[in-house]
Amino acid sequence: MEKRGFEELMGRLEEIVGKLESGDLPLEESLDLFEEGVGIFKLCTKRLEGAQVRVQRLVKDLKGEFYLTPLEGENGL
Amino acid sequence: MESSKEVENQPIYSVSQINREIRLILEENLPILWVEGEISNWLHHPSGHCYFSLKDKDSQLRCVLWRDQARDLSFTPEDGMKVLVNGQITVYERGGQYQLNCFRLKPAGVGELGLAFERLKRRLEREGLFDPQHRLPLPPFPERIGVVTSPSGAAIRDIIKVVGKRSPWAQIVLAPVLVQGPGAAEQIAQAIRDFNLLGGVDLLIVGRGGGSIEDLWAFNEEEVARAIFSSQLPIISAVGHEIDFTISDFVADARAPTPSAAAELATRDQGELRGKLESWGERMARRMTGMVEEIGRRLDRISQSYGFRRPADLLAQFVQRNDELERRLMQAMQHLLELRGSKLSGLKARLRSLGPPAILQRGYSICRKLPDKEVVRRASQLTPGGGIEVIFSVGRIAGKVETVEEGNGKERI
Repeated sequence: MEKRGFEELMGRLEEIVGKLESGDLPLEESLDLFEEGVGIFKLCTKRLEGAQVRVQRLVKDLKGEFYLTPLEGENGL
Repeated sequence: MESSKEVENQPIYSVSQINREIRLILEENLPILWVEGEISNWLHHPSGHCYFSLKDKDSQLRCVLWRDQARDLSFTPEDGMKVLVNGQITVYERGGQYQLNCFRLKPAGVGELGLAFERLKRRLEREGLFDPQHRLPLPPFPERIGVVTSPSGAAIRDIIKVVGKRSPWAQIVLAPVLVQGPGAAEQIAQAIRDFNLLGGVDLLIVGRGGGSIEDLWAFNEEEVARAIFSSQLPIISAVGHEIDFTISDFVADARAPTPSAAAELATRDQGELRGKLESWGERMARRMTGMVEEIGRRLDRISQSYGFRRPADLLAQFVQRNDELERRLMQAMQHLLELRGSKLSGLKARLRSLGPPAILQRGYSICRKLPDKEVVRRASQLTPGGGIEVIFSVGRIAGKVETVEEGNGKERI
């Protein structure tokens, strides 16, 4: 699973588009960038499509340790 | 009064006895009550207990607020402040004084709350807690959002709804706290500190839905203001409705009029991201198509210049290289096309036109050795009598080689 966050992915994609459009790269390198860009594009699109917001509850126990527990759906609130 | 002596049949009390007697009379006859008055001589003793007097125009009443109750105060009492006090009259036997033993203190009326608000606001402002230079920027793509609010309020439901709609990839971490009443300010401040300790979230939303000024009061507490000020995580304050301003709003890195608005402020809209992605995808594809077309034009120029001397297989190499690049480009484009549908199918057609069929169209042909169908790049690949086929743009022929001139690669077309 891709660990990079949206911020990083979008940043990289913007960078790739900029590099490609600057026009002074050899074709081979451009293609490599293009393929990477398409990969990121695909990944981001997928994340946008499949995502569903996750809600967790922060719990601190008596010893001061933190836990995250899932918060039930709308009815549980 | 068994131990009392009697003088002319009248009992004689010791001081302790009479004080105790008075105490019993007072405590048994006066229920727990509310008293309204103005604070004077407020003393917060190092022991944690508070001593003060309540007064009105004509009279004074001594009061004591014990440490445990003083901790639950929802505001900072000061001399001159009008308050409502809930408590019981009792007698301090050692001093022989009656006093009001306070259980609860609250500012009397909205006017007084407003005054307390203004006082704290002025003090914190002087200290620089509201200076814009201390404000942290909100992260552009938050993926984990910490929320400090009640688990049962409308605020968290609104926040989940808005985040789910705008940034469904995000994760919400709720620190459940009381948002009103005794202990609320303490819990809110503690939750903010906990999130800072724990880390892992990109920003915090601190707030609650609408309510009376008393209900919102925890967000006017100094402890909450200081916790917000000290937070290393950016904080959006979202308390009540549009018109409600709290101290938290002034200290926070951003203020939202409602919890929903805070969620909106915190997240990026997926439509906006989609638009950006689409535009970038398109720009990439256009750029790559442009590059391949440029190579095609170069091929054309080379092949059309009569005076050009070149090795016999130069063209074939270009063709092959072009094919290779086109194959990779098509592969990459395929991903885009799958996702983007028909929008880019025009580009796909244009890419196709740069492939071998288009080159054959321009009058070149491909010669292959039979039976293995190896593409012939040098005459030396062939022997007289061997089978060959020649593929044209339309149709093909097969035949046998008559003679072979190996050549040196410098022949003129």
